[in-house]
Amino acid sequence: MSASAATPAGAPQPRRARRGRRKLATQTGWNLVGIAVIVVMVFPVYWMISTAFKSDGEITSGSWFPLQPTLQHFRSAMAGADHPYFWNSVANSLIVVCVTVALSMVIAFFAAVALAKFRFTGRKVFIVLMIGIQMLPQAGLIIPLYLVLRQYGQTGTLTGVIITYMTFVLPFSVWTLRGFIIGIPRDLEEAAMVDGSSRVGAFVRILLPLVAPGLVATSVFAFITSWNEFIFANVLLNDNSKQTVTVWLSYFTGTARHTDWGALMAASTLTAIPVVIFFVLVQRKIAFGLTAGAVKG
Amino acid sequence: MAEIRLENVSKLFAGDVVAVNDITLDIADGEFLVLVGPSGCGKSTLLRMIAGLEEVTDGQISIAGTDVTELAPRRRDIAMVFQSYALYPHMSVRQNLAYGLKVRRTPKAQIARRVDEVAKLLGLSDLLDRRPGQLSGGQRQRVAMGRAIAREPKAFLMDEPLSNLDAKLRVGMRASLQQLHSRLGVTTIYVTHDQIEAMTLGQRVAVMREGRILQADEPQKLYQEPRDLFVAAFIGSPAMNLVEATIDGGDVTFGQFRIPLAAGRRPLRDTGGRVVLGIRPESFEDTAFASGDLPRIEVQVEVLEELGSDAHVFFLVDAPRITAETLEASEEEATLLALEKALFTARVDARTRARVGERLQLAVDPQRFHFFDPDTGASLLQPAEPARATGAPGTPVPA
Repeated sequence: MSASAATPAGAPQPRRARRGRRKLATQTGWNLVGIAVIVVMVFPVYWMISTAFKSDGEITSGSWFPLQPTLQHFRSAMAGADHPYFWNSVANSLIVVCVTVALSMVIAFFAAVALAKFRFTGRKVFIVLMIGIQMLPQAGLIIPLYLVLRQYGQTGTLTGVIITYMTFVLPFSVWTLRGFIIGIPRDLEEAAMVDGSSRVGAFVRILLPLVAPGLVATSVFAFITSWNEFIFANVLLNDNSKQTVTVWLSYFTGTARHTDWGALMAASTLTAIPVVIFFVLVQRKIAFGLTAGAVKG
Repeated sequence: MAEIRLENVSKLFAGDVVAVNDITLDIADGEFLVLVGPSGCGKSTLLRMIAGLEEVTDGQISIAGTDVTELAPRRRDIAMVFQSYALYPHMSVRQNLAYGLKVRRTPKAQIARRVDEVAKLLGLSDLLDRRPGQLSGGQRQRVAMGRAIAREPKAFLMDEPLSNLDAKLRVGMRASLQQLHSRLGVTTIYVTHDQIEAMTLGQRVAVMREGRILQADEPQKLYQEPRDLFVAAFIGSPAMNLVEATIDGGDVTFGQFRIPLAAGRRPLRDTGGRVVLGIRPESFEDTAFASGDLPRIEVQVEVLEELGSDAHVFFLVDAPRITAETLEASEEEATLLALEKALFTARVDARTRARVGERLQLAVDPQRFHFFDPDTGASLLQPAEPARATGAPGTPVPA
């Protein structure tokens, strides 16, 4: 009797407990998925860096940690007889990337302002074309681009590579910046003009500082895309002294008999460093920019 | 400080959309003029034309005697307060206030002094180092005002500056704006769609519709002597009761009611007996509180709103309804017909015994009736004149 009387009174408790258990199970499930994603993303990076510091013996034995860390692979990658041109490649990559990013940002900013602020014939077609171009596979463009560049004597030159990179960095940058500029109310510019600024003055003093986070975010994308690009650089740059770091990196897998895994991983780590540094430098700006952009007059 | 003169100003947008249609208006030095009208009537466009943010298609704008029609906004020496406040989000309040002075290369010491003065005037002294994002709506509004004041411009242009504030704050800000204007005495053009704001703030109010100024007058005159059906319907809250009526000898008939006309208050022109009759809610009174010699009507109370100070009694009149909205919706003023019955509002003494569903005796004052031409909408209490007001100050409006 007492048991049957206790059941209705106690009924909500087991239900609540069951709900709590289910919630916990769901949460644990999501956490596991999260951890799995992190492992999948982070593990290759860990393996690359740790292998770069392992001795040859540890690499062949498949050791998880560099127990006897060495810088030998870095030395071999940067100045070994088998792998010359490291500093050359870094310089080439930096030139290509800096020029591409700088030029793209300037051109994309003005183009984005035009698309966001002015109404002109063909504006919509232009925007659609820009998105359309993004959908073309890059590999399909290699031959036509090569032919065009050869006609103007730009194969084997960094200028040719810069022009090529801009064909895919520019449309994306224009598109992204346009979004940032549209988000800035027109009233702000007009207020500045009434307050005494010229159109250019309002542009420089009001629009530019507000769109700066967008410029930073877009330049990060442009930097990473250009720095990591391989196919076009490989096709266009035959001369070893002109190659970029990604092309230089590809030579580490080039020997048929033997792959120097230590040097390959050390070289890969070195190649990744500039992107990481650049991102660390600008990421605070992006975070700040996003909150600043959210504040509207 | 300066007077502003608009001469035959028009604005055509692409596709021949007429936003502002041949407006002539003089705003005196130090005057507070309010442009009021429904959305899309061209009031904001007109203000933006004065600011130089919209090109003038036709006509001339002068400020302080100088033709500024072709001048860039920065050369007009005016300040504008936007509906969105348009505060620069990346600058502090101090930098926002100083911006206009800084771009005009004012010496730093002078900028600092002026910013401090304005901050003190508007109670912003403690907020000078904050960014707009850290301010409340009312504070942002004050910063926007401060930015306009700091530069000591020839005129202020304000584009619905109070519309983003909540109702209570708006009432407070309205009073502050009036105080500010009387203290600074700067010529001000203020745009709003809120007729209460227009009536309380404006020394003169210009009612706009479809790009034209229908009437520009002092608020009381606008209320007492509307020159146009639309003005009559737009100004006043609760709105003027409007209904189709017929003049028959010495009486006016509308719906089920027939009321003798007052001796000195009859249509000056004959429109074949058909008129639109306008009666302000306060022209009615519960007979228990009215003088005995006024004509009476008996109505059925549909709705009763007791406001404490007075009460609004709503009753049906068996005739088509005419409101500012129906006027706006109709393409031509001649088609003022609507199918609904007119719901009249009477503002009566708060002690009224009126109850919903019961009958009530109302006294009505024919001395306060308004009559309008049902075809043109022009007031029939004034002699025929060009239907559209030019709005020059002091334009005589015969009673």
